[in-house]
Amino acid sequence: MISLSDYLILSAIIFCIGLVGIFVNRTNIITLLMCVELILVAVNTNFIAFSHFLGNEAGQIFVFFILTVAAAEVAIGLAILTLLFRVKGTISVDVTNSLKG
Amino acid sequence: MNFEQIIFYILSFWFIASSLAMIFSRNAAKAVLFLILAFFSAASIWLLLEAEFLAITLILVYVGAVMVLFLFVIKMLNIDKSTLRAKFAGYLPLGLLVAAVIVTEMAMVLGYNQFGLDVMAAPARHGADYSNITVLALQLYTDYIYSFELAAVLLLIAIIAAITLVHRKEVKRKGQSIAQQVKVQAKDRVRLVSITPKNKENKS
Repeated sequence: MISLSDYLILSAIIFCIGLVGIFVNRTNIITLLMCVELILVAVNTNFIAFSHFLGNEAGQIFVFFILTVAAAEVAIGLAILTLLFRVKGTISVDVTNSLKG
Repeated sequence: MNFEQIIFYILSFWFIASSLAMIFSRNAAKAVLFLILAFFSAASIWLLLEAEFLAITLILVYVGAVMVLFLFVIKMLNIDKSTLRAKFAGYLPLGLLVAAVIVTEMAMVLGYNQFGLDVMAAPARHGADYSNITVLALQLYTDYIYSFELAAVLLLIAIIAAITLVHRKEVKRKGQSIAQQVKVQAKDRVRLVSITPKNKENKS
């Protein structure tokens, strides 16, 4: 049988892969958004694993809302990306430093 | 190792491998395709956890809508090849260090001593008459109805925000202004010009 810690460690690994993707990515912002999606899927796997092992469906409903918010985030993120490309002509991470952060 | 574990490890391998391929691929379109593979693996793992509705939702909503939106944007934006060759390994050691520390800490916290099978036993599988969608719907439309409506409003706000952001103003827009149409008078539209014929003498 598969234990709960298998699922939890798997989602921890996926979470860290998404984190490394945000760290190392210098090419474009689209990949950054995709890394955020990967992190969200890892967190959702955590929720569903606990929901299954504790026998409580509230975790799955929470995942449902997370999916909704993630869809909204992607829509707005890609809109901002399109706007950025229209203004700057590129979506490279290194070039988008107007805020001097 | 029984059949369920073999399936779990195969799916986990593809999940991790496609995620790694996603973050290390320089072509954004290929990264989207690897992410789709990762989502399919995640949905299969969710099926192992008896979350059928969410697994189908992940494939329908994410692969069907969000990833296609990503592909549309990648095809629309002309990503030049020079940025794709940008420096890549600058932050890689720091990122790997942070990831290794997090994975080690997580593995120590979430190990078999705390969440193993002898601590938290696997629940019994549901029978064939169990419907995950019915259970979720019963909770979603009773206890979580306000959250559900709030999510709907949030999606509406996202639609309006996205359209407002990318909408170009006053280019090719042919709306009519009712006030100006009502206010118009005959002298604005019709101009009477009295023309005197040139060679009047010839006629008479």
